[in-house]
Amino acid sequence: MNAIIISALMGVLLMFASMATSNKQIIKNVAIVALLFLLCSNIADTYSWCTIKVNTRDMFVFTKFGLYFNSLAIAATLIYVLLSGNEIIKTGNYAAEYFTLIFFVLCGISILSSFNNLLMMFLGIEIMSIPLYILTGSAKKNLKSNEAALKYFLMGSFSTGILLMGIALVYGASGTFDIHQVAPIGANGLQHAPLLEVIGLLLIFSAMLFKVSAAPFHFWAPDVYDGSPSVFSSFMMTIVKAAGFIALINLFYIKADSLAQLWKILLFIVIIVTLVVGNITAIFQQSVKRMMAYSSIAQAGFMLFALYAINDVSKEGILLYAVAYTLATVGIFAILVKIEDYTLEGYNGLAKTQPMLAFVNAIFVFSLAGIPLTAGFFAKYYMLAAVIKTGGNAGIVLVIIGVIFAAVSVYYYFKILQAMYFNEGDAKVNNVSAGFKYGLFLLALTIIFIGIFPDTLINWFYF
Amino acid sequence: MISVLLILIPLVAGLISFFIKSNNAIKQWSLFASLAVLGVVLWGFTCNNNCLNIDTAWLATIGSRFTTKLDGMALSLCLLSAIVYPLIFVSTYKNEYHHANNFYGLMLLALAGLMGVFVAADALLFYFFWELTLIPMYFLCSRWGGEKRIAVTFKFFVYTFLGSLLMLIGILYLYYKTPNHSFALTDFYALHLSVKEQGFIFWLFFIAFAIKMPIFPFHTWQPDTYEQSTTAVTMVLSAVLVKMGVFAIIRWMLPVFPLAVSSNATIVIVLSVIGMLYASLLAIKQDNIKKMIAYSSIVHIGLMCAAIFANNEIALKGVILQMFNHGINILGLWIVADAIEQKTGTIQFSQLGGLAQKQPVLAILFMIMALANVALPLTNAFIGEFLMFSGLFQYNMYASGIALLSIILAAVYTLNMMQKVFYGNTLQATENTTEISTNVQFALIVLAIGIIVLGVYPQPLIDLSKDTVMFILGK
Repeated sequence: MNAIIISALMGVLLMFASMATSNKQIIKNVAIVALLFLLCSNIADTYSWCTIKVNTRDMFVFTKFGLYFNSLAIAATLIYVLLSGNEIIKTGNYAAEYFTLIFFVLCGISILSSFNNLLMMFLGIEIMSIPLYILTGSAKKNLKSNEAALKYFLMGSFSTGILLMGIALVYGASGTFDIHQVAPIGANGLQHAPLLEVIGLLLIFSAMLFKVSAAPFHFWAPDVYDGSPSVFSSFMMTIVKAAGFIALINLFYIKADSLAQLWKILLFIVIIVTLVVGNITAIFQQSVKRMMAYSSIAQAGFMLFALYAINDVSKEGILLYAVAYTLATVGIFAILVKIEDYTLEGYNGLAKTQPMLAFVNAIFVFSLAGIPLTAGFFAKYYMLAAVIKTGGNAGIVLVIIGVIFAAVSVYYYFKILQAMYFNEGDAKVNNVSAGFKYGLFLLALTIIFIGIFPDTLINWFYF
Repeated sequence: MISVLLILIPLVAGLISFFIKSNNAIKQWSLFASLAVLGVVLWGFTCNNNCLNIDTAWLATIGSRFTTKLDGMALSLCLLSAIVYPLIFVSTYKNEYHHANNFYGLMLLALAGLMGVFVAADALLFYFFWELTLIPMYFLCSRWGGEKRIAVTFKFFVYTFLGSLLMLIGILYLYYKTPNHSFALTDFYALHLSVKEQGFIFWLFFIAFAIKMPIFPFHTWQPDTYEQSTTAVTMVLSAVLVKMGVFAIIRWMLPVFPLAVSSNATIVIVLSVIGMLYASLLAIKQDNIKKMIAYSSIVHIGLMCAAIFANNEIALKGVILQMFNHGINILGLWIVADAIEQKTGTIQFSQLGGLAQKQPVLAILFMIMALANVALPLTNAFIGEFLMFSGLFQYNMYASGIALLSIILAAVYTLNMMQKVFYGNTLQATENTTEISTNVQFALIVLAIGIIVLGVYPQPLIDLSKDTVMFILGK
């Protein structure tokens, strides 16, 4: 319960911080300290050293998995703020409010990682989404940002409506919000469930797919990620998206060998369509930012493998995937916002002007592409392993299609490498401090470390 | 112990290279490092199993261990890499590269990956090194070389990457089949898979290896990449890197899918033989030394692949022997091609001629390489190809007969090149050519001695392959 309560409190604290001081640097530092505190309190909660106990009447179940995910999400946010904090406070006039919103998003994430009740899931999603609508539109003078915010808000509201509708139908059919009593989600099969419940579950499922930008519910994603200020799009497409997956896993992970057939068929189609749409469209993008938006759809397709397999390997895997994908994307965006020209040409010759940045960017790109020795490899490895473990011919077909698209993704990721290392040009990078460089270097080292010893990350999950 | 040193020395030396600024120092450093690797390999020949190999925990939760296995076949390929690298560095000592420290650093990193592939006895470890050779190669081929290099290398990279990922699926499938969920080679060998499973996993592995070798119809990346890359890189690619595929089939496929290997042998042999003839004909049509050598490499590798799938003792011995020999021969051809390019500035047959008058030493040394490429008796290639053809003959007379045509065609294109480049009248490009430098002479003489010595007395190498062959056939 620590993370939920403290993140909300910290959000409120930062809201009032802007009254106390108008110095943005101080506000940023306060936010960093608050994030550290939040992280510590959540870790304390994980090991039950110091826990705020509230009787939630089983609406929440705090598992190790959920709490560990909280820690990872908070730590990732911390890294993100440390790297891009200066860009966040430059976005508009209201620095404190942006941090407030980020804390509220974290509050939503902590709810999503631990809910045991459909209503709580709904609350979590809303608490997470509404601050995002505002963050998307935070570049107030920018037309694209406003457009993106409006689009995101309208589409998001519709999907929330559908989610609520689904929850209502499920409640109507089963008389409970408790996810463990809405049994047909699991392996027991949907054929005996009332039609009302099946439709309700399908609606919930589609609404969640919308949140993680899986096809065919992905249409908002490129415009929103491209339109919102770059600092916030990296936050949205990594940590927030990972939370969506954790919610999905929470919802569907029932102690059973595999999902019901209906879910498998649906997921099979959704994954393939997502991979096709994300990867193929990404190839044709000229803007790196938009390319990353499509690649984030493609990565969502890969993360859905975890849901398709839904076993212990996929639980470990989704954590690793979330970490690997988040670290690499946050890194790439931290560099991207420093480069004024967002097109691929903007990267031309970066290896000459900024060898260090080019090198770390190469590591991030390798990680996204899933090259061994980087965290991204083990992320993909776990996804493939999870599906292969569940077995079945459909699973094998799925992983083969998956790796074909992984190879396709190399095509567009490596365009960045080519621009940096092999094309002539002099990429312009704005005010890069030594600290920023070393921060990125540490991030790259972390990615390589996880790529060689993924055990370190996964062991924490058990101890 | 030895196996770890083989990986660590080039790895560390390569990483240090990036920080050496002076062009001369970097050349000496990388030469020194590669000689150190050669020293370690030679030391390995005097060692017993305990000091060769290592087995230590790596990824406990997954069940992957850092395990190595240096058998005769692996040792001979390590020796090949360790001989090829110093010779490359010596023969291209005079070539200048921009950002030389990066170039040599990446070359050494690629060597570390290669050594890893040859020694790994854990599937995940093997996969790691398999990919790790690819990354330095990607940069080496894209950054230095001809005009079209970036697009060409990209094709090469995506092709091989897709292949490796398919192999990863295969590895994972086998992993979940092992009773204790392990990646160990020995556990893979102990698997008893059904015919259906074998037939399916076989192709996942085979495509990855076939792309690397390359086997028709997966060969399209190869001639362009060879032509566009800097010659030093091409030498690594053709002398050692392609052997990864051949090696991997013998180590990771033959004992694991015995049923699928025998049931798919016909398809693979037919593909290989088609590829051999097709590449031979293309080699004859080439007007470019580098492309001709590239196609001739496809021919030789095709023969090795066909011989592997004949899957008998003679053929396998021949393949292991020929992997080593082919590495030496093709390195010689590339050194000659590079020497000609450096001296005359062209590699088109039509612009060359009469070099024998200007470069008599090169002409003599090339003659030896050329004869080895045609597999004439008393050259090393003869022994290897003879064993492979007789093994193939035992398997299927007709396949062997058709494949033998490639030797005649090899004579056509190799001697054709000899004639056009070295004899006849000098042309504009070759008029003012001078004799090759002592570095190149040294490298070629070492290779020529190797070719003749191994042609007359190949027994040590054949003995080296014995334990591997016996093990595989015993399984």
